[in-house]
Amino acid sequence: MVNFKKRPDAAINASSMADIAFLLFIFFLVTTTVLQDKGIAVLLPPLGDNMLMGEVKSRNLLSVFVNADHQLLVEGKQIPITRLKAVAKAFISNPEKREDLAVAPDKAVICLHHDRGTEYDTYLQVYNELKAAYSELWNELSLSWYGKPYHEEMPLAERKAIRAEIPFVISEAEPTDYASVQ
Amino acid sequence: MAKFSKKRGKGTPAISTASLPDIIFMLLFFFMVATVMRDASLKINVNTPVATELTKIKDKSLVNNIYIGKPVAQYQNLYGTSPILQLGDKCVRKDAIEREIPLFLEQHKLKVPESRHPMIYSSIKADGKVTMGIIQDLKTALRKANQLKINYSAKPRAEG
Repeated sequence: MVNFKKRPDAAINASSMADIAFLLFIFFLVTTTVLQDKGIAVLLPPLGDNMLMGEVKSRNLLSVFVNADHQLLVEGKQIPITRLKAVAKAFISNPEKREDLAVAPDKAVICLHHDRGTEYDTYLQVYNELKAAYSELWNELSLSWYGKPYHEEMPLAERKAIRAEIPFVISEAEPTDYASVQ
Repeated sequence: MAKFSKKRGKGTPAISTASLPDIIFMLLFFFMVATVMRDASLKINVNTPVATELTKIKDKSLVNNIYIGKPVAQYQNLYGTSPILQLGDKCVRKDAIEREIPLFLEQHKLKVPESRHPMIYSSIKADGKVTMGIIQDLKTALRKANQLKINYSAKPRAEG
């Protein structure tokens, strides 16, 4: 009655395995985003941290104001955004030891004001230029000290030495609110 | 010597495709691991500005994304036309920023091991056309929540 006759082992046909794997492979290939996320890294000051103010001499302070009409006011003078980097570099490094610019790079403070109506794009361009001024100065210092350009992957001690000589100080004041008044 | 001069069968032997599934599976697993699915679809228009001084975002699991922009046409009757925030899949109006940001940050922190909490940063993906008012409100809320490491997302400027 019960058939104990041995059947031949049924082999699973694996030839379609490659097709299935290909299908999944193509799906993940398409959904993978190779897009690298990049941005300007900023460290916000802790809340209620006003220790910097009141001790800074006016010659060590570069005030930069961006208004809602994409205009830039640096130390009371209106300049185009393309000149901001050169002005900031001259202010921080002060190669001619002028009386009205910063005493030393580690004393320099850039004070960035903006309005609540300022466009984010404009604000970021200004921030970018200021950061570019600092990174160019770091680069110059690194080349003269270590003979190589400043880079995020260089030894921490060297990077720290450079950052101590020219610290990145941008103070951001509370924005004005002219836009909503009008 | 006779050993080496043995005649083989004529014609090229067929290449065995038996290992093909294994190779494809290997590639498949690589892409499966490397894939990061986009966490939410965007309900707002975000066109980030261009900049030059950019740093790469290394570990995506440490980042919480905050999008700012105007709602797309489909959602304009629901959220209006003024810029709003999007946290995950949640849209937040300007007056609710103060309340929603700490909640959002806490929810993200749960997914990150505690030893790595100090390395968490917020990536602000804002449209170039929004005004600084909403961004200032966001910055104040982040400072109140003690989330000080931020990153203004931007596109690299094409050289030349």
